[in-house]
Amino acid sequence: MTWEVVIGLETHVQLSTRSKIFSGASTAFGAEPNRQACAVDMALPGVLPVMNEGAVDRAIAFGLAIGAHVAPRSVFARKNYFYPDLPKGYQISQFEIPVVQGGSIAIQVGEGDKAYTKQVELTRAHLEEDAGKSLHEDFHGMSGIDLNRAGTPLLEIVTEPVMTSSAEAVAYARALHALVMWIGICDGNMQEGSFRCDANVSVRRPGEPLGTRREIKNLNSFRFLQQAIDYEIRWQIEQIEDGHTIQQATVLFDPDTGETRMMRSKEDAHDYRYFPDPDLPPLVIEQARIERVKAGMPELPAAMQARFAADYGLSAYDAGQLTASLDTARYFEAVVAAAGAAQAKPAANWVMGEVAARLNREEKGIGESPVSPAQLAGVLARVADNTISNNIARKVFEALWNGEGASADAIIEAQGLKQVTDASAIEPIIDEVLAANPQSVAEFRAGKEKAFNALVGQVMKASRGKASPAQVNELLRKKLAG
Amino acid sequence: MPLAPDDVRKVARLARLAIADDEVAPTLDTLNRTLDLIGQMQAVDTTGVEPMSHAHDVSLRLRPDAVTEPDCRDALMANAPAAERGLFLVPRVIE
Repeated sequence: MTWEVVIGLETHVQLSTRSKIFSGASTAFGAEPNRQACAVDMALPGVLPVMNEGAVDRAIAFGLAIGAHVAPRSVFARKNYFYPDLPKGYQISQFEIPVVQGGSIAIQVGEGDKAYTKQVELTRAHLEEDAGKSLHEDFHGMSGIDLNRAGTPLLEIVTEPVMTSSAEAVAYARALHALVMWIGICDGNMQEGSFRCDANVSVRRPGEPLGTRREIKNLNSFRFLQQAIDYEIRWQIEQIEDGHTIQQATVLFDPDTGETRMMRSKEDAHDYRYFPDPDLPPLVIEQARIERVKAGMPELPAAMQARFAADYGLSAYDAGQLTASLDTARYFEAVVAAAGAAQAKPAANWVMGEVAARLNREEKGIGESPVSPAQLAGVLARVADNTISNNIARKVFEALWNGEGASADAIIEAQGLKQVTDASAIEPIIDEVLAANPQSVAEFRAGKEKAFNALVGQVMKASRGKASPAQVNELLRKKLAG
Repeated sequence: MPLAPDDVRKVARLARLAIADDEVAPTLDTLNRTLDLIGQMQAVDTTGVEPMSHAHDVSLRLRPDAVTEPDCRDALMANAPAAERGLFLVPRVIE
């Protein structure tokens, strides 16, 4: 029996403002408890919220990035529930009229032949404030409340129920994560909770109406998102096949067991009794503000990917890799700007290859690369004009990385790495190698091409890599023929 | 549709209001009269009238994104019934 899976995601994206959404308290992570909670965040009597335009501009930027309608007028509402880390007894959110309406995000799912692209439609994105944190340990039977996070601006981004597998959900979450960092509205730090997903999951038989959904709360890694959805799908199918029905519920994922467990059932579901917040008049967004935000936005990843492919003749895959993050794309463009468009393909190979590998190994971002784009362009230029081989180029890159010189030229000069192209310098080396390897010579003459490669290798080694492989090939063939 | 006594108890629980049993009937009466009033208003033909969420025709004032609030933890915490290591302490809650 086949089953269809239906998934919708709600993502809480913490906006990268300096101050809170309705107060002038700092949003910096890691402060001592309650040092960044002011009278507004603590809901002391008589205080009033004042909207942070930084949060509004970030919501607009997101709306523009996904081709959504940015509402000229949206309304803040009170979402009422009682919990000690929510001091007002309500969360200021948006309900009936959110600031961002519609839009979509393109995702790439799978790899190789099975890869496909899909457009994930968004329902809405709305501005709201975060709650504080409750700590349940070590307070002799009481709970500790830290309100530093209370009032931190969030954009809650809601998709339509259009994803059909955990792979699609993860691809969407990754694409969204990359996008919000690209346009600079969120630092993307999942460990610190800057990007958290809730997944609504249901299953049905093909052609039937939507099944009853269960919502998995607070998934803060792509791996957990995948595991939680996969577990939930299996669980729901087993329940139905065993003759049970699915009850609407909110569940939590336990990374230790890899299982989801019920947090509350529909009967206990919150009744939030939303109503417009009388403290906050409607948020009116003028066209001029939208234009201002648009002018400050970087070129979007999809547009940049298409441009890289068109202008530099890169494959869609390469262009996609290079536009995985804005920092990578900018680094690549800086290399090409310094080395010339003709060097775009080698530049792409270096950025995705050597540079990425070194950064990975040292757990660094490309912004922290010890080799600057100009320095890498210097290496490419010397490969292009045959001053050095690709092998020596890696040596030069390594030396630049370790700070052994200011430029490729300086290192080539100081370490004597210049490729030897003078035949009179290489021929004696070849003679020596031939004399020392009579067996290889005999094998080659007997028709073994492998023996030839071994001889080339010996010559390259004897020249300490400075000979040009192409030239060694040519000279060696001549000698062996002669 | 008028409310029933159980609706009053439910709404009171959601709003964390303590309503004693002998207060349910009078509260129900007050609430139903309020709902009657709303019912009368809803009977008015509002075709072509834009929905209104606020009484005044003003829009939200925005402030620059700047940190303007200093750390006032000690003062703000001074009237908390219980605090420890910079945290407010409350009766244990685990959802």
